[in-house]
Amino acid sequence: MRNIIKVMDDMRFPDAERLLPLPAVTFHILMALSGGDRHGYAIIRDVAARTDNRLVLGAGTLYRSLERMLGQGLIEESGDRPAPELDDERRRYYRIAPFGEAVARAEARRLTELVRMARASGFARGKA
Amino acid sequence: MRTGSLLYRALLYLYPASWRAEYGEEMRAAFGARRRDASGVFGVIALWVETLPDLVTNAAAVQWDVLRQDLRYAARTLVRSPGFAIAAVSIGAVGIGATTAAFTMVDHVMIRPFPYVQPDRLVALYQTHTAHGLEWELSPANFRDWRQMSHSFSAMEAYRGVSVDVSGLGEPQRLDGASVTGGMFSMLGVQPALGRLFAAPDDRDSAPATVILSYGMWQAEFGGDRGVLGRTLHLDDAPFTIVGVMPKDFYFPSRDAELWTTMRWRPDAFEDRLDDYIYPIARLKPGVSVEQARTEMVGIAGQIARAYPKELANTSAMTRRLRDSISQRAVLLLKVLMGAALCVLLIACTNLANLLLARAMVRRRELAVRTALGAGRERLVRQMLTESLILSLAGGGTGWLLAYATLPLLVRLIPVSLPLAEIPALDPRVLLAATFLVCATGTGFGLIPALRGRRRAIALELHDGGRSGIGGRRQRLRAALVMVEVAGSVVLLVSFGLLTRALWRIQAIDPGFRAEHVLTLRTSLPMPKYERPQTRDPFYRHVLSEARRLPGVRAAAYTSFLPMAMPGGIWPVEVEGRPEDVANQRTASLRFVTPGYFATMGIPLRMGRDVREGDSHNAPYVALVSEAFMKRYWEGQSPLGRRVNVGNNWRTIIGVVGDVRVRGLERTSEPQVYVSWQQSDNVSPWYAPKDLAVRTSGDPMALGPALRRIVREADPQQPISDMRPMAELVAAETESRRVQLGVLGAFGAVAFLLAAVGIHSVLAFAVSQRTQEIGVRMALGAQSRDILGMTVRDGFELAVAGIAAGIAMAYGAGQLLESLLAGVKPHDAATFAAAAALAMVMTLAGSLAPAIRAVRVDPTTAIRAE
Repeated sequence: MRNIIKVMDDMRFPDAERLLPLPAVTFHILMALSGGDRHGYAIIRDVAARTDNRLVLGAGTLYRSLERMLGQGLIEESGDRPAPELDDERRRYYRIAPFGEAVARAEARRLTELVRMARASGFARGKA
Repeated sequence: MRTGSLLYRALLYLYPASWRAEYGEEMRAAFGARRRDASGVFGVIALWVETLPDLVTNAAAVQWDVLRQDLRYAARTLVRSPGFAIAAVSIGAVGIGATTAAFTMVDHVMIRPFPYVQPDRLVALYQTHTAHGLEWELSPANFRDWRQMSHSFSAMEAYRGVSVDVSGLGEPQRLDGASVTGGMFSMLGVQPALGRLFAAPDDRDSAPATVILSYGMWQAEFGGDRGVLGRTLHLDDAPFTIVGVMPKDFYFPSRDAELWTTMRWRPDAFEDRLDDYIYPIARLKPGVSVEQARTEMVGIAGQIARAYPKELANTSAMTRRLRDSISQRAVLLLKVLMGAALCVLLIACTNLANLLLARAMVRRRELAVRTALGAGRERLVRQMLTESLILSLAGGGTGWLLAYATLPLLVRLIPVSLPLAEIPALDPRVLLAATFLVCATGTGFGLIPALRGRRRAIALELHDGGRSGIGGRRQRLRAALVMVEVAGSVVLLVSFGLLTRALWRIQAIDPGFRAEHVLTLRTSLPMPKYERPQTRDPFYRHVLSEARRLPGVRAAAYTSFLPMAMPGGIWPVEVEGRPEDVANQRTASLRFVTPGYFATMGIPLRMGRDVREGDSHNAPYVALVSEAFMKRYWEGQSPLGRRVNVGNNWRTIIGVVGDVRVRGLERTSEPQVYVSWQQSDNVSPWYAPKDLAVRTSGDPMALGPALRRIVREADPQQPISDMRPMAELVAAETESRRVQLGVLGAFGAVAFLLAAVGIHSVLAFAVSQRTQEIGVRMALGAQSRDILGMTVRDGFELAVAGIAAGIAMAYGAGQLLESLLAGVKPHDAATFAAAAALAMVMTLAGSLAPAIRAVRVDPTTAIRAE
């Protein structure tokens, strides 16, 4: 199954591997957006929660990453907005692009492979 | 809360405006949310500690990203229009290069402090004549009195230039140096590189002879050997002990001084109040101004003059800063250079502006499209700014190279008398200033297209195909810039023309002798050895008789000093039968010559006879005088047989010769008196003939080896110096002028070219903008002749306006140049007419290509484009 997805990704996004390894912040943002569209502050909170507050993104870092990711086609601005009573018109929502998903999967595969090799060499516990 | 938000908003200004517009609100919202979530004072502090570096580093990164983008874009744009890029860079380079080189020279000669401690507290002192203002040296006696009577100075010392034969170092050679009083170097505040300075005991009459070497001589002659101290050097055959070596950048009193000795005056040195040969320098006491010192010295000189009315009538004192004691002519030469460089810079800047304006028009569409696609004005401005900066920096770099290459050519404008290194270091401040000016021009005009980026104008631009709406105002601005260029080049052309005419006039001045085919050299006979005239005689006889025997030699003779080589040697004159007028004593230039001097130099003998062998020590003392001398005392009568007292003897006039420009082509000279080389009683051996002149029928330099051999035969120890054709000595008179003219000519040519390019580009652009109009006109029956006339008329009008303004400015420039013009009128009509005509030709040449293009417009195509 996993291989099928990889083959399909490779066919649709032959450049995905070129962006690897992904900067940690980029990967975190992609993970945050995997759960649905988010605005900036929501991404910060999501990343913080996911990492037990070990990574709290500053606004400067976040938006610079977002801009670069927009340029790379990893994410796009979302046109869907929440119900008006929940919305703040200043907010912009971002969602992960198909290319972003492919890149995130490629990064995950790369990391998994890395961990597998670490186990084989005894640096980490678990089955190689 | 509110303060924090304000601070955050302020910090956002670290980002480019386009970024702020895009993400500013969101970032503030995100920050606001985190601020609300932060609990307690420490939470807020922690938030700020985290936020500040986050903002600053990311803002820098964003700025860098944009800059990289802009640089890439600018480089691509410039590569796509290499003609524009090369033109802009070279125009900037010419402006920056010329200005930097010129200002560096001016700074070096006029402003840079001398290499002494507190050089602005050092003053030079002179004796002056109360009536005609001439300045001259001092006698040791007057120096001693000035030093004792004055209170304005913490020290007063003196020097005189010396030229000595140095032997004991391989080939005997003649070197320049200075003889100084004991405290001179300590007063200047310098430390020796090796050994010690002179002290008061070194300067005593009985002190052993000591010498200090220059760094250059120490390196050249001793290879920098530290064991040189204590060694003996023979100067004019007398032994001197080396006691020190001066540091590398020490020059005193002039650049060419290689060694220094002390004065060691004997008591009799103070007897003669008219024995003027030393230059005093003094250091002002703290708190004393130059003016106060000057006033005091005038008073002291007055007192001394009253005590010695016969010798010192009308003698006063002048005090001025040491730095200011360079010739006014050298200063003016440099000022002209600087003015010309500024002119070039101005023209370069206007041309750059013009070029950028033209480019702005061409790029209107590109910018309009980019604006329509959403590029903010700030992004466009930034983009243009980057492009202009690239151009300006490239221009600055090239300009620096240009200045670096030009400086060695300008060095000949630096008077050798300055105690400064020969090649000035390029002045980074000047370079920066000139680059800044060019950058300011570049960015100022480079930004114009971006600043126009108002949406409505853009819409118009796209709508009508960028054809109409040329911006008549902008075209007028370009026309004005071209006028400035034309005016500037007219000023340079006129200045160049005036100075060229002055040079011609000076070169046409009759020096009073015929310099062609004459070789000259100096054999300064060292003095203890040749002190007595009888000892010198065999030397002269041998050299002259052997020289005359050489093939091709027509005549040969010795004189004390060749004209122009030495302007001094001036003596007071007393004429028999006339009461001595002490207050207005007349002077003449005195030379001791051997027979045949006038024939050798081609000085015409007007009356009487030349000096001859028989005019010996025992025969009646005789003299020849110049025509000006004769006119001064015996207008219309023969002076032959009359007696004058000059050179401490009464002498009978036996002949009259033509006047000679002893002091140089551009200066009036005292009348001349020539006396027999054998009749030198009571005259310093300094006047003993030392300059040999040989007239030949061929190339004078070909005689060099033979003459060296002859001198060696006469005295193997005798060094030879200054071997050169007489014509070279005369040419040296106009050397600095020719260098200046060369520079000015180059500047003028550049300016001229730039102006022509400017006119061409304005007209070419106008024609391209008017293609449709021209097409319509032609379709309506206008002839090629009319179209040609229309275009050329546009250029002509620009030229006339520019030339008119240029002539007015050139008139002013001419007035400033007057003292360099050697009698050429600053409003010399021929020069102005020539400059105006040249400028007109340039205009027509510049408008020719556009005019032809206008005539070639095909009405059908032009109208179809509509």
